[in-house]
Amino acid sequence: MNWNNVIQGFVFLATVILLAKPLGTYMARVYEGKPTGLHVVLGPVERWIYRLSGIYPETGMSWKGYAVAMMLFNGIGIAVVYAFQRLQAYLPLNPMSMQGVAPDLAFNTAISFATNTNWQSYGGETTLSYLTQMVGLTMQNFVSAASGMAVLVALIRGFIQKKAETIGNFWVDLVRTTLYILLPLSMILAIFLVSQGVVQTFKPYEKVTLLQPVMDSNGASVQEQVLALGPAASQIAIKQLGTNGGGFFNVNSSHPFENPTPVSNFLEVIAIILIPAALCYTFGYMVRDKRQGWALLAVMLIIFVPCLWSCISFEQQGNPLLSSLGINQKATAFQPGGNMEGKEARFGIANSAIWAVTTTAVSNGSVNSMHDSYMPLGGLIPLWFMQLGEVVFGGAGSGLYGMIAFAIIAVFIAGLMIGRTPEYLGKKIEAFEMKMASLMILIPPALVLIGTAVAVILPQAKASIFNPGPHGFSEVLYAFSSAANNNGSAFGGLSANTLFYNIALALAMFFARYWLAIPILAVAGSLSRKKIVPVSQGTLPTHTPLFIIFLVVVVLIVGALTFFPALVLGPIVEHFMLHHR
Amino acid sequence: MIREHVKPAIVSFLLLTFITGILYSLTVTGIAQVLFRERANGSLIYRDGNSIGSLLIGQHFVDPKYLWGRISSTSPVRFYAASSSGSNLGPSNSVLVDTVKARIEALKAADPDNTSPIPVDLVTSSASGLDPHISLAAAYYQIPRVARLRGLSQDTVRSIVRKHSYNRFLGFIGEPVVNVLKVNLDLDSSKKEYNTNI
Repeated sequence: MNWNNVIQGFVFLATVILLAKPLGTYMARVYEGKPTGLHVVLGPVERWIYRLSGIYPETGMSWKGYAVAMMLFNGIGIAVVYAFQRLQAYLPLNPMSMQGVAPDLAFNTAISFATNTNWQSYGGETTLSYLTQMVGLTMQNFVSAASGMAVLVALIRGFIQKKAETIGNFWVDLVRTTLYILLPLSMILAIFLVSQGVVQTFKPYEKVTLLQPVMDSNGASVQEQVLALGPAASQIAIKQLGTNGGGFFNVNSSHPFENPTPVSNFLEVIAIILIPAALCYTFGYMVRDKRQGWALLAVMLIIFVPCLWSCISFEQQGNPLLSSLGINQKATAFQPGGNMEGKEARFGIANSAIWAVTTTAVSNGSVNSMHDSYMPLGGLIPLWFMQLGEVVFGGAGSGLYGMIAFAIIAVFIAGLMIGRTPEYLGKKIEAFEMKMASLMILIPPALVLIGTAVAVILPQAKASIFNPGPHGFSEVLYAFSSAANNNGSAFGGLSANTLFYNIALALAMFFARYWLAIPILAVAGSLSRKKIVPVSQGTLPTHTPLFIIFLVVVVLIVGALTFFPALVLGPIVEHFMLHHR
Repeated sequence: MIREHVKPAIVSFLLLTFITGILYSLTVTGIAQVLFRERANGSLIYRDGNSIGSLLIGQHFVDPKYLWGRISSTSPVRFYAASSSGSNLGPSNSVLVDTVKARIEALKAADPDNTSPIPVDLVTSSASGLDPHISLAAAYYQIPRVARLRGLSQDTVRSIVRKHSYNRFLGFIGEPVVNVLKVNLDLDSSKKEYNTNI
């Protein structure tokens, strides 16, 4: 037992749970249009946006109208981010003279950022201009998260309203999320990050003289080091908070300019999970039964905590191949020990594993260590968390609406078992809701498994694999699990910047996002129209320990059974090969 | 239904781009450049008015009289800070074992008498390829070698290492580490104390 690992994990979780209530309350007040302290400053800005855009904030939308507005807005986002990348050579704020991005890569990146996935086939500091990062990508970081949260709020209204034809106004939900929630939090976090050493500048890359000259791969002597810079902190703050995950630099938050100290790391990893955790409380607050929000948070934590502990343990055990070389992998007061390949010294095992598990349970996808170099079972956990459908915390908004879809399925199964009409929060769950919830559960696994199957058959796709053996299969499985659940992290050895992967993963990201969001809006519309059934003797309570455990089991069975054969072929067989040779 | 949403979509997109893409980034830059000027510009280290590195970005050291850092997998040179990269070697990849073996040989060749087990972070690649730190254990392992080759006492080298080491924040967050570049800069400015062939 390594006590420092325990303490670091505990402090992290305690901080998240402590912050969930105040932030959750604040967000609920924003969505209910109640005054908050920030309305004095931001209220006029909000009304100015409505006036110029011709938005009538009091007018509700049908679910179809809401879906059309969301798709239109996201469609413009995809087109604009594509254009920024293609044209960046002709645009300002390009001190390093970056060329236009190739069409397939630009297409992949545009969809990636609009869908809140932020899969990166490119390296930030070698591909994109400051303008593309700052205006194109940072803006999408805000609005893709806000889009997901808007869909969640529309779904919550489905439970609150009775016999209503509308589910709210997309523009109002989008603008309020951006202005009152994401912008202030990002501003505070960005300043804190700069105080730790995260760069925020428009200067070109800095040249410094090396203390000891080095040889390049051609044997020539190199005297200088070029330090990539840029307006990074502002983008990193929202990338963490908005469950985005697209790094300013290629190696994301393992880069010392993106995540320089244990303090910046602590703030960034809290920021990953803060909004998805707090939204559970927002949900309970808005449906006027806070126990319902705590129940869903409990379900998430019951799955999260054992996986967190397992991942830390697997990484702390170290690599048997290195032990046989006489390497010291034991944790002491002077070294973290364990499997340090692909990890930064300042983060060691605990902070790397906490991040890896959190970034995949939450649909964030930023990394502070290289998941490809994790031990087979240590890497299995991030992989499996994505495959669970990004419902254990999951994306901003999207995680909780996914979990609510699972709750709908759970009450349906429970209703069948006890012979009653299933209800959730006073709304009858009928054939239409079940069909839509089933889509949510079927589409991502279908995209993952079919995509992986195609990729391991096609020779040009197989050529992208970096590590040999079962680990190579894990790389492909990880890529499709990540894209088809809108996570965005990677087993980075896979050469994903190829025509096949750019197009295949872009399509997976697109369908995984909108083929789930639109059915959820349909459920919101259908639930809104229903009357509220009063609580009676026959009502199945959905806040009790019994229901919490039942929901955990439903989530696990769907996740475990769907992917178990694929996981056996990858990480599990690799584990046995490594330990029993 | 689509037509009524076109104008709100386009205009709100432009306005939100202005607020979150331009205004927000510029405000953060402004505050950062006023409050934390050095850090916002890369935490550069200067000597005689020239920038000779960053506190946060490691450099490649192969000379045995310097403290060595983590293995870097960037190309075309190690610690290439214009294009960060990890090794991405899987735990069962034979290339990983070969890389570790090569590093062990290099360490043994530079210091044949050192029989202590080698700390794992000294033989593995960092995530960024730019890691400025090593663990305290990895620094202590190298002290006899550096002291011998520079004609310094081990205590002197150890005190330099301690000077540039960082404890856990509040005693429990993060890992204790040593900044390799800072130690090497200090080593270069330390005077030789005595001659020894031990």
